[in-house]
Amino acid sequence: MRTCQNIRVLAHFGMVVSLPDENVTFLTKERVAQVVRDALLELAFELPADIEAELVAACKRETSPRAAEALRLLVENARIAREDRVAICQDTGSVWVCLEVGPDVMVSGNVLDDVDEAVAFAYTNGRLRKSLVRDALFDRANTQDNTPAFAEIHTSQKPGARLHIMCKGGGSDNASRVVMLTPSAGRKGVIETVISCVREKAANACPPLVIGVGIGATFDKVAGLAKQALMRPLDVPAPDELAAQLEEELLAAVNATGTGAAALGGSTTALGVRVQTAPCHIAALPLAINMGCSAMRRGTYEL
Amino acid sequence: MNCNQSDAIRLDLPLAAEALEKLRAGDACLLTGKIFTLRDAGHIRLLAELDERGSDELPYGLAGQAIFYAGPTPSAAGRPFGAIGPTTASRMDFAAPRLYDAGVRATIGKGVRSAAVRDACVRNNAVYFVTVGGAAAYLAKCVTSERTLAYDDLGTEALRSI
Repeated sequence: MRTCQNIRVLAHFGMVVSLPDENVTFLTKERVAQVVRDALLELAFELPADIEAELVAACKRETSPRAAEALRLLVENARIAREDRVAICQDTGSVWVCLEVGPDVMVSGNVLDDVDEAVAFAYTNGRLRKSLVRDALFDRANTQDNTPAFAEIHTSQKPGARLHIMCKGGGSDNASRVVMLTPSAGRKGVIETVISCVREKAANACPPLVIGVGIGATFDKVAGLAKQALMRPLDVPAPDELAAQLEEELLAAVNATGTGAAALGGSTTALGVRVQTAPCHIAALPLAINMGCSAMRRGTYEL
Repeated sequence: MNCNQSDAIRLDLPLAAEALEKLRAGDACLLTGKIFTLRDAGHIRLLAELDERGSDELPYGLAGQAIFYAGPTPSAAGRPFGAIGPTTASRMDFAAPRLYDAGVRATIGKGVRSAAVRDACVRNNAVYFVTVGGAAAYLAKCVTSERTLAYDDLGTEALRSI
């Protein structure tokens, strides 16, 4: 009994000494939910500026008449959605929320608990489509409010906290792929695998695409890298020179496939390729390709 | 494809056999009339219904009609749907040959189809149309009315005539 009490006292003492100094701020679950709610209602109706700018540029550049017409429709579509406050695409997506917490921010373990409530509010009040089922295999009844969101927390060395949010369409996610390449496959193997995925799947994924490529880490983490890669806006270059070169080379190769906008031919199969790499095991070269559609709805929100 | 190109062929729905015979792969078409929306879960239901009845006679007036692979958003901005656009057609490849054989004259979606679907189109003088994936706010402006015909519990995946 006494030992137990001592442990309790020590544990209590430990918590007291580890309490943060004055420079640490607390982030509440209410604040997170509020930002998620507002962001979802913006993303559903307003195509991110970098995506729209690339669509407009591609429309001017495209020489195939059918593909140019498709691009013109997509640009007009973005305008209609923004002005009339209707969804850009009928597939308003599953919601991915990633809370990035820096060293000067403290959160409680329940900080994501109100995210589903925010999703239900936004999808119901925004008159968005409810696209989630209760269980992938055993109960495919629609949950009726687009919950649950797929929410996670990442710690970061960057001060402050921010939310990365993506409304991911089903058709483009279906066209994605994880491949465990061997190290000898190298850069060439990565490019060939991305291109074969584009050749097989791009037509189903609503091109022009934004293609997230994750390279490294482990089987489960590499898909996350590809998804995170999609978060970097098209007008922000890769911080790493080698990644930037690979992105350029991949984009040229993807656009040379001729799949084109709406898969009607031409030179605009993708608007951009985003690469994110990481360390990995000596035996591995994990590769993930996460297809993003022409309505690439995502944004990062400082908290 | 939905477009206003000058070379677009204007077609009334339901599609007449004579009009279909003249179509060539790659033609641009503008469709006017009634179409039916149905996607993944609805196709599973419909096929189960045909199995149960032991007959491929199409219910809900689907014979001779066009199925649009789409799951719309709720009504918005004074329109029947805020947004409606094509979903990936290949997911319906498991059902399409049987439905073409049963009398569906056209399907509308996005992306590639299987060889079995292509053969079913040839066999039945039927077609697969593609429209622009992601242009759903634009396409919703083309819809004047909607009615739920079956599978209401499936929400967006219900069978509708539009």
